[in-house]
Amino acid sequence: MATSLTPPGQGAPVGKSKTGRPAGTLYRGREGMWSWVMHRISGVLIFFFLFVHVLDTATVRVSPEVYNGVIGQYKNPVMGLGEAGLVGAVVFHALNGVRIILVDFWSGGTKHQRKLFWGVVGLWVVLMVPFLVRHLTNVFTH
Amino acid sequence: MSTDQTPGGSYAPALETPRSPYKRNKPTRTNWELYGWLFMRMSGLLLIVLVFGHLFVNLMTGEGIHQIDWSFVAGKWASPFWQTWDLLMLWLAQLHGTNGVRTVINDYAERDATRFWLKMALYVATVIVLVVGTLVIFTFDPCADPNSTLEICRAGSANVPSITN
Repeated sequence: MATSLTPPGQGAPVGKSKTGRPAGTLYRGREGMWSWVMHRISGVLIFFFLFVHVLDTATVRVSPEVYNGVIGQYKNPVMGLGEAGLVGAVVFHALNGVRIILVDFWSGGTKHQRKLFWGVVGLWVVLMVPFLVRHLTNVFTH
Repeated sequence: MSTDQTPGGSYAPALETPRSPYKRNKPTRTNWELYGWLFMRMSGLLLIVLVFGHLFVNLMTGEGIHQIDWSFVAGKWASPFWQTWDLLMLWLAQLHGTNGVRTVINDYAERDATRFWLKMALYVATVIVLVVGTLVIFTFDPCADPNSTLEICRAGSANVPSITN
């Protein structure tokens, strides 16, 4: 049975490479597999944060004092670093999601999927550097 | 699939056992997984705009994380624009996340009972988040704080009979 654990091309190894690992597979151990692993981990992380975040925001219906107390827990250096990690996961998941859409819908997507992965990494750095400068300045100099 | 893999690796249709019971409910083919697959891509594109906008306005403007308090939320949710934005973001993100975690559970939980109960817990959590989140956005009163300086709260206070009369 093919599940999403079975990337295309992984079913029948074509031959052995010099290193002894199966050759001719599309994904195993390269950019395709690692982007898939990171997409899962970042997605599950964001899912659990979303659950907590909706519940903490729901305390606005209790009273201003309760909400300010709850949201105040986010305003310290440890949580500030956690927020930086969370935004890093969101940005990666978003950019790699666009890569997945391109692989699915763009005729050149599968051919260029490795270049697209490094494009994701590059764009992630470009977006994260200004974010981290601004956010960590807010966190540490308040 | 009604095919069994033979030891030789080729696929052959499974033969029905003679006098096997007649199946009244034939498995019908639905397109649910296709719609789910398409939803992940469509909602994903919308969420990039919604979540990046949310992160920019809340963390990059003003004092960033330090500006977020009750009156900041009241200022945003006094406007139908941000109510709509956050409602759309809540539903799309939660359904996108639920479908993603459902896939992860299906992949890693091998026992039928484990898979069933993990998904039940997931669906219960999803309903709680969607109901609580939606109720909060629609029933929130931005003027609940008596010290509010919001425009709409001052306009509303004109209708309240004054004690000095």
